Amino acid sequence: MIWIDTIIQGILLGGLYALFAAGLSLVFGIMRLVNLAHGDLIILGAYIILISVTVLGLNPFFAILIAAPLMFALGWALQKLVLNRTLGEDILPPLLVTFGLSVVIQNGLLEGFSADSQRISAGALETASISVGPISMGVLPLLTFGSAILVIVVLNHIFYRTAIGRAFRATSDDAVTASLMGIKPERVFATATGLAMVVAAIAALYLGVRANFDPSIGPARLIYAFEAVIIGGLGSLWGTLLGGVIIGVAQTVGAAINPEWQILAGHVAFLVVLLIRPRGLFPRGN
Amino acid sequence: MTMLSLQNVSKSFGSLKVTDGVSFDVPEGQALGIIGPNGAGKSTLFNLITGNLMSDAGSIRFDGQDVTRVPPMRRCLDGVGRSFQIPQPFEKLTVFENLLVAATHGRRASEAEVTGDCADVLERTGLMPKANAPAGSLSLLERKRLELARAMATEPKLLLLDEIAGGLTDAECKSLIQTIKDIHAEGVTIIWIEHVLHALTSVVERLLVLDFGRVIGIGDPGEIMESREVKEIYLGIDV
Repeated sequence: MIWIDTIIQGILLGGLYALFAAGLSLVFGIMRLVNLAHGDLIILGAYIILISVTVLGLNPFFAILIAAPLMFALGWALQKLVLNRTLGEDILPPLLVTFGLSVVIQNGLLEGFSADSQRISAGALETASISVGPISMGVLPLLTFGSAILVIVVLNHIFYRTAIGRAFRATSDDAVTASLMGIKPERVFATATGLAMVVAAIAALYLGVRANFDPSIGPARLIYAFEAVIIGGLGSLWGTLLGGVIIGVAQTVGAAINPEWQILAGHVAFLVVLLIRPRGLFPRGN
Repeated sequence: MTMLSLQNVSKSFGSLKVTDGVSFDVPEGQALGIIGPNGAGKSTLFNLITGNLMSDAGSIRFDGQDVTRVPPMRRCLDGVGRSFQIPQPFEKLTVFENLLVAATHGRRASEAEVTGDCADVLERTGLMPKANAPAGSLSLLERKRLELARAMATEPKLLLLDEIAGGLTDAECKSLIQTIKDIHAEGVTIIWIEHVLHALTSVVERLLVLDFGRVIGIGDPGEIMESREVKEIYLGIDV
């Protein structure tokens, strides 16, 4: 029974990794931009929520209503003013610029909030659990997983059923032709990054409530996000969720065998998938 | 009424004059064909009309307004639609979505407003059976139809067709010509660049011959095709 319990914990943890990864996947899918600062932007979001909770006394789930629009604006401006200038034939400029951004965000947070680890308090919810037969599940992990599914459903809806989604896909397909049709690619990209930052804010909420965070942990979270995206196959959000679940299950099972193996097991699972299916589980057809 | 009027329009790339003092008028509702050897400056002329290139000299009037310095997006909204020589559909979008994107952005309208019109365009261009197919899966004829449909979705007053009949079989060409004739019959003004002469002459009322960026003849298609200059310069026949 302990194994079923462990696997369920792993699956639910996968939801958190999928939330980390969804924004990354969205931005990469639309503009082929690898955002190395994505993890740090999530941590920045966590601090925004933390301030809203401690200074304004808000419940963290309401604080997201402040953090999400702020993060959207930040992502929009970041893309419009900085990242759009790095896009082109050469893939190096966006990597360098976002790497620099990662350093800037980490040090800015360090300056503002010190290296002390912080936590967003969600009161009784943190430890609440429900039992299904002999299995007990935390309410928070369940909420995380449910949010991941909701985020993916909403993103897919936006992508395939709305005008802005069609503009995303048209621009991703052929930015030059799209601009001849009257689409402004730089605005479409800014909106996409804004949207990715809204997802990052949601990820930040669950990250901050689940465990301690400090300004330096962004890059480590980014690695899980990358692994989830790559396992899933670039550009498929449901694949990304599955990727997150695979890493989450590998980590909890690894930890159950030996606590030292938790992180390692996740990375090993990633490597195994990469060996068997180099293009991921759901590669986007060309 | 004159739909399009070019006065002494010139364009150079470095020392190469690709459009050299071109002047002509297209009355509303007319179909004008443009022929000329490769490199005569036909596509450049289209780019000048759509605004993708700005002319060095001369003036362009469209629908009663001077658009010489108007950017391409504005001209598209005002009613200049074009198809491309090499079809460039959004491959991963469905045929219908391709039209929706063109119509919403080309007309600054919401999807709800344009959905009916887009379905209408699909019907008229014979693409209805393919409405939900990804554009990447279309045959060449269907891609050409989509090019046409996408230009039509912006509800142009002036439709520019760039070698749309090239590469098609005779039967395919015939069915495409019929579609273009139908569009023309609705009153859309058309300028059509084409190497497939029989396709062109079966639709257009006037023919313009371009060579080295200059207009060397314009008038009735039959007379133009029989004229000495055209046979000499365009068809390469020594008269």
